[in-house]
Amino acid sequence: MKRILVGPFNRVEGDLEVSLDVEGGQIVEARVNSPLFRGFEQVLIGRAAEDALAVVPRICGICSVAQSAAAAGALAAAAGLEPAPNGRLAQHLIQATENLADHLTHFYLFFMPDFARASYVDRNWYASVAGRFTAVKGSANPGVLVARANFFKLIGFLAGRWPHTLAIQPGGSTKAMTPAERIRILAVLRDFRSFLESGLLGDTLENFAALDSEDALRAWSASHSGDFPAFLKAAYDLRLEQIGRASDRYMSYGAYDLFAAGLWQPSLAVDSLSLAKITEDPRHAWMTDSSPLPPAIGQTIVDAEKTGAYTWCKAPRYAGQVVETGALARQVVAGHPLLRDLVLRHGGSVTARVTARMIELATVLPAMERWVREIVLGEAFCNPTDLPDEAQGVGIVEAARGSLGHWLSIKRGRIERYQIIAPTTWNFSPRDSEGQPGPLEQALVGLPAGDGALPTVQHVVRSFDPCMVCTVH
Amino acid sequence: MRVLWLQSGGCGGCTQSLLCAEPRPLFDELRDAGIELVWHPALSQESGEEALQVLSDCADGKMAFDVLCVEGAMLRGPNGTGKFHLMAGSGRPLTEWVERLAAQAKWVFAIGSCTAYGGFSASTPGNPLEACGLQYDTNEMGGLLGKAFVSGCGLPVVNIAGCPTHPGWIVDTLEKLALEGLSASDLDEFGRPLLYADQLVHHGCPRNEYYEFKASAIKQSDLGCLMENLGCKGTQAHADCNVRTWNGSGSCLRGGFACIACTEPGFEAPGHPFQETPKVAGIPIGLPTDMPKAWFVALAALSKSATPKRVRDNAVVDHPVIRPSVKKAGK
Repeated sequence: MKRILVGPFNRVEGDLEVSLDVEGGQIVEARVNSPLFRGFEQVLIGRAAEDALAVVPRICGICSVAQSAAAAGALAAAAGLEPAPNGRLAQHLIQATENLADHLTHFYLFFMPDFARASYVDRNWYASVAGRFTAVKGSANPGVLVARANFFKLIGFLAGRWPHTLAIQPGGSTKAMTPAERIRILAVLRDFRSFLESGLLGDTLENFAALDSEDALRAWSASHSGDFPAFLKAAYDLRLEQIGRASDRYMSYGAYDLFAAGLWQPSLAVDSLSLAKITEDPRHAWMTDSSPLPPAIGQTIVDAEKTGAYTWCKAPRYAGQVVETGALARQVVAGHPLLRDLVLRHGGSVTARVTARMIELATVLPAMERWVREIVLGEAFCNPTDLPDEAQGVGIVEAARGSLGHWLSIKRGRIERYQIIAPTTWNFSPRDSEGQPGPLEQALVGLPAGDGALPTVQHVVRSFDPCMVCTVH
Repeated sequence: MRVLWLQSGGCGGCTQSLLCAEPRPLFDELRDAGIELVWHPALSQESGEEALQVLSDCADGKMAFDVLCVEGAMLRGPNGTGKFHLMAGSGRPLTEWVERLAAQAKWVFAIGSCTAYGGFSASTPGNPLEACGLQYDTNEMGGLLGKAFVSGCGLPVVNIAGCPTHPGWIVDTLEKLALEGLSASDLDEFGRPLLYADQLVHHGCPRNEYYEFKASAIKQSDLGCLMENLGCKGTQAHADCNVRTWNGSGSCLRGGFACIACTEPGFEAPGHPFQETPKVAGIPIGLPTDMPKAWFVALAALSKSATPKRVRDNAVVDHPVIRPSVKKAGK
């Protein structure tokens, strides 16, 4: 047996190292190390409760708005407050912009460049894929950077700037849309739709979102040309629809009043979400040992010399089980037939995770077009917030990469405890006290690795779209 | 000009912001200005061993580069080991990589306020992360590289402060360096490029009419000036946010919330809630830059007494309820 250390694992958000035990060219065990510790739960303690809104976006530069929304949700829960209806729509729009932009950034800038590696030089798709997706120099980059920057103008209108806005508040948002802005925001959405339909999919969003089985997807990919069909052709050649299965238990907190919350496993009905079943296990993290604790009473105490630890990430579990979160989880829980079919046939895979992001681009953008029209100009965007001196609150949202939760306790108006479980904390968790490996650790077992191996490991790791800075908050 | 980029104790948001550069796509703009990325952890093709080889060659002086950009605070803990961030695949503290590479760089840029001054990572009481900036511990010189550090071309660390940085601040500073060089006179007292730090966030603020009349917002989403009640430091913060604007036409003030002075050392621990203005006897403690207190108090009293009804009423709602009047010709 040989141990291979893969890192720095670039083109992910933050730093990542993967340790692989390889026998006969195949991975027999994988360990995921999040090598950077951030300490934001300690940064928050003792501050005024509403300061969470200024602090938590800085946990993550790519899911900054999701962090804001989780904190605003926790504060609203603590105050027993509902956002103003316009404010809720504005929050949806701001969050959706970040989430969809992140899906685009992931596909073009982080994920696809691996198909431009020299290992694939003999494949019939190589020349066109390498020309289009090579990092920095590929011909797809200028178009996607312009589309992304233009799309973020929606946040310029409704939240001032991205990342790190203070616009999302427990009572709604700080910026009321003006009549002129509504017109210009609809134009921004049309511009983004045009990019997705002409460049990414080669089809209308509605046609693509209506695909309902793997057979339909395969037939569609053969008859369309665009950047995602180009991926599918390479992916089918490499059989990526059969690679990268993790625990096949999927969790979603639900998003935008559009996608349902719950837990799903192949062939079973959706189980309702119960936050009380969530615990975090510090056994293999460089943290003081304790039994697995619910985050409402969780702790984060560094023990950098702990024996048996190999990461700064704790191991969250749902009812003691390993669950996967992210766009694929959101879509199978919500019941999208294409993604359910992909998982029923092959289990979770690289292809299913990437396809789920595309389905979200195609289904959420039309919802954004509706939300902009549903805003009632002249009505309030923000309800006044009156925070209690003593309270607890939980804020849960779906970030691009999956389920994000903030657990907050306020005492004498100050933050007494703040625990965060981020999407990649779930997906890239280490082993727990029972020895169960985390989702990525499971997904890597059996893959080829070592000298001369294809970059399959790279595809599987990046198929989760990891955000390491969130993981280690 | 060759640029090498590293990330550590930060959120990666300065890179995410940089990718929003306008009007041209970032990679085209840099390439045509003669700026090449040697390696960037979020953007480059090379991974794992290939990436480590590039970094080792640069650190050993075998591969030439010009600018070292570092994004994120320097984490020296626990107990000086740097173990809070060992660079993946290398087993060595990121702080050690930065020290080695800074010794080879012609210029060193701190990207973002964490990297410049320590930022949020350094704000936990007692600083258990032992976090610092490249050349500052909050507002005192020192940091990882030390007060005396100068890079190959004789400059201290260039602090492109901001949380996050505006894409234009980075692109313009790189392009200015490529075009005509950078000298100490291009930087302010905290090492920030004057090309954006010679202004105040207040300049170009669309709420200026409310400011002039001291017509203040009293709750979130109000249109009025955010200085008196809601914690805005735009009159003290050095940056051109309301002139340059973010993500098209945005800025913090345009988004309806306070400037928290994220380009200033120590902004992360203001000593008061971020969205509340600390006051003594009803007067904000943080007065506008260069404004004597007595004048401010006198002017505020005068302007409050002269506030037009339109401005006074619109200040406390989230959309204007009174339009500016229209004069008909001849009247």
